[in-house]
Amino acid sequence: MKTRVVVTLKPSVLDPQGKAIEGALKSLGLEGVASVRQGKVFDIELAGVEGEAADRLLREACEKLLANTIVENYAIQHD
Amino acid sequence: MTKPLKAAVLLFPGSNREGDVARALRRAGAEVEVVWHDSERLPVGTDLAVLPGGFSYGDYLRCGAIAARARVMAAVSEHAARGGLVLGVCNGFQILCEAGLLPGALMRNSGLKFVCRMQTLRVENNQTRFTRGYEAGAVVTYALAHGEGNYVAAPQEIEALEREGRVAFRYCDAEGRPSAAANPNGSLNNIAGIYNSGFNVLGLMPHPENLIDALTGGVDGRPMFEALAAA
Repeated sequence: MKTRVVVTLKPSVLDPQGKAIEGALKSLGLEGVASVRQGKVFDIELAGVEGEAADRLLREACEKLLANTIVENYAIQHD
Repeated sequence: MTKPLKAAVLLFPGSNREGDVARALRRAGAEVEVVWHDSERLPVGTDLAVLPGGFSYGDYLRCGAIAARARVMAAVSEHAARGGLVLGVCNGFQILCEAGLLPGALMRNSGLKFVCRMQTLRVENNQTRFTRGYEAGAVVTYALAHGEGNYVAAPQEIEALEREGRVAFRYCDAEGRPSAAANPNGSLNNIAGIYNSGFNVLGLMPHPENLIDALTGGVDGRPMFEALAAA
């Protein structure tokens, strides 16, 4: 099963990289860009795990490694 | 004569300051063994575990994140829980935060630049095993070399660090003032290093191990290693 984990900085944490990207987009003359926050995407293929068990597994992966929950949030996506 | 301090310097793939910190410790009189990250335990009789600077695992995922899950880190946690001394410098500080041995996290420098230069710091607490060789409020010069040294933690965590005297070093100007201009990376409260609640674990971004010889910039780092070795 194909799954996706998206890790983003918590809104309270400053994101200087996102700010720099935001500045670059604006300098390209792209009208309408209000702000940019940078995050990470992990595409994870699971074998033999589905439904709630998949959720549990991915949550554990996020808590133990993929996200630093002091400064980051995570979202799990799968069918 | 008392037994020399026994230090274990941990080596992760991508560490690069292990030689510097081993030299600083040996010069101060400590016995040093370099320990591979895959080891299940620290050498028998280890007094001090050192996590050196560098770029463990190429800073993949987050700085220190993968090294914090290395096998040897379980042994480091047990050592710390028993009251054993742990020192993490630069990437080592990042690893200690990622491992949960110290609170907070080290984020990208607010100026986005890798900062590599000398930096003045104020010794905030000279009552610990690491800093008793310094005078109270001493201003020392250590070397900086990092891109992710911007210390952040929840407000209640910062408040606890300040209240309990667990801020070890603060970025300051030459007169000892921790001004915004003297803050190289955006760290909250100009924090350059912190202790755990037992004061046996210290993490800091600047490099005291590079300031042990007048020939290479100064000797302000020496008192830390001499105090540790004089256990």
